[in-house]
Amino acid sequence: MTVVGTVFLQTTNFIDACYIVAFGLMIYGMSGLTGPRTAVRGNQTAAVGMAVAVVATLLRKGEFHGSGTVVLIIVGLLIGTAVGVPAARNVKMTAMPQMVALFNGVGGGAVALIAWVEYRHHFGGDWPLRSEGFELFGAIVGSISFWGSGIAFGKLQEILPGRPIKAPGRSQSLINLVLLIVCVVSAVVLAAGTHSQGLFIVGILVAAALLGNMLVLPIGGADMPVVISLLNAFTGLSAAATGLALSNPVMIVAGMIVGASGTILTDQMAKAMNRSVPSIIAGGFGGAVAAPVGGAGETGGTVRATSAADVAIQLSYARQVVIAPGYGMAVAQAQHTVRELERALEAKGVTVKYAIHPVAGRMPGHMNVLLAEADVPYDLLREMDDINPEFPRTDVVLVIGANDVTNPAAKNEPGSPIYGMPILEVDHAGSVIVLKRSMASGFAGIDNPLFYEPKTTMLFGDAKSSVSEITSEVQAL
Amino acid sequence: MDPLVIDIAVLVLAGFVGFAVISKVPNTLHTPLMSGTNAIHGIVVLGGLLLMSESSGILEKILLVIAVAFGTINVIGGFLVTDRMLGMFKAKPEPAKSVDAGSSGGADASGGEAAGGSRS
Repeated sequence: MTVVGTVFLQTTNFIDACYIVAFGLMIYGMSGLTGPRTAVRGNQTAAVGMAVAVVATLLRKGEFHGSGTVVLIIVGLLIGTAVGVPAARNVKMTAMPQMVALFNGVGGGAVALIAWVEYRHHFGGDWPLRSEGFELFGAIVGSISFWGSGIAFGKLQEILPGRPIKAPGRSQSLINLVLLIVCVVSAVVLAAGTHSQGLFIVGILVAAALLGNMLVLPIGGADMPVVISLLNAFTGLSAAATGLALSNPVMIVAGMIVGASGTILTDQMAKAMNRSVPSIIAGGFGGAVAAPVGGAGETGGTVRATSAADVAIQLSYARQVVIAPGYGMAVAQAQHTVRELERALEAKGVTVKYAIHPVAGRMPGHMNVLLAEADVPYDLLREMDDINPEFPRTDVVLVIGANDVTNPAAKNEPGSPIYGMPILEVDHAGSVIVLKRSMASGFAGIDNPLFYEPKTTMLFGDAKSSVSEITSEVQAL
Repeated sequence: MDPLVIDIAVLVLAGFVGFAVISKVPNTLHTPLMSGTNAIHGIVVLGGLLLMSESSGILEKILLVIAVAFGTINVIGGFLVTDRMLGMFKAKPEPAKSVDAGSSGGADASGGEAAGGSRS
């Protein structure tokens, strides 16, 4: 019975059926990921699909043929698990995007390595041309993805400077073009020739690696999530190419749906940030050097609460108001109300700008995305380095659910745990109004001397209802 | 039919499925979706598994072990990270606490987190 069972499990039909179940689960899971209610389940479904695919592959007859194959597979899987699980478990929420970049990169690296082995193994033999073409495509794109993701990781992790790094003038695009041509031409030569040296593939991998570095280096840190999404789509396509070379249906389907959906997602992400994908790739966006001037912030002991009506008056008679949003705005989903307030103030001739701290919220671009969702024009969103010199000229700063990113202790108190972190220097403005739920400290769990400054007033309550109260008061004035 | 034709047909259809699935995604789900699809392309690990038994020579074996390890990191890390990220979107009464950074992120409220972390 068991023998019959084992034989049945190893039949191609059974394994193919598993593959179909696997990619069905993955597609179903992915569609779940697009809705907030179904997302958690969707992700788990896709993970089950993946597990089915891996197990089915291991069941293949002859899979464990040859000495040491089992050991090698187990070693590979174990290393992967030992690295992947703790990395995913321990990464801080805020470091999530670079973690995704890293995971994407190793995926691309796997494609490139597999292509390399395929090439070595089959070259000059009975390898059909079709496999060769697909493998070479996978080698190039996988290698670009691996190195590009590495750079993206470095930038987000602040190992590399977040500002764009590029060769002067047009030479950057020229270098990229030359590298791409080198890759493609070598690939064509390799595919057409019958006896090229094995080193050729290494040359292609190196040229593609350079291209990956060159593509991502000129792009500013703020655009990294979009770049990661693009590289994600690239890796998907290269995985599909590997699937074609190996004629493995589940790899073709899974790789291709990632390639297609990743492309759309990249576009949507760029749109959400009011950027276009070509302009991001062209690079050179954002990131100047700030020269913060130290200000003396003495901490008192008393906090002054205010009312929505008072805030409305203060705001309406200001010339320039800067809104500094934080996680509190995200939690209260107050972005639309904030936008209304901005409109009401603009109707009264007040200049309104938004001060976006790079780590406000929980993800890079969190605030940009939320405010973009509320149709706030992109040019009103100012990055920290641009807005900081403006604070002395600003009459009122409205801090909405942001705490640590405005904490002057980061500048003034060397003993503070957040000392040295760049902040929005809201304490340089004429007056500061802080919208906050309570006096609880922020994510870093430290006190904010800003709240005790004589120029600061506090409006306690949920950000959304506070802002809408202020808005109606402004409109009534 | 040539198997290549069938494979390419599958490829094209899968492309349309990919387009159709991601018609409209709320902005807040962009990062998790990216991460989830990222895990799915870890399917390349199958390539490593399939080639392992055919490989010969120490170099090929080393390359494949690395490839399998890379693919596994991609798959396991990708799905776990997505799961944690999605956990963040569940309603929380008091967001200022450090629970959202997961079980083992015990250093959240300390100075280590402070240097690079997000603020509320």
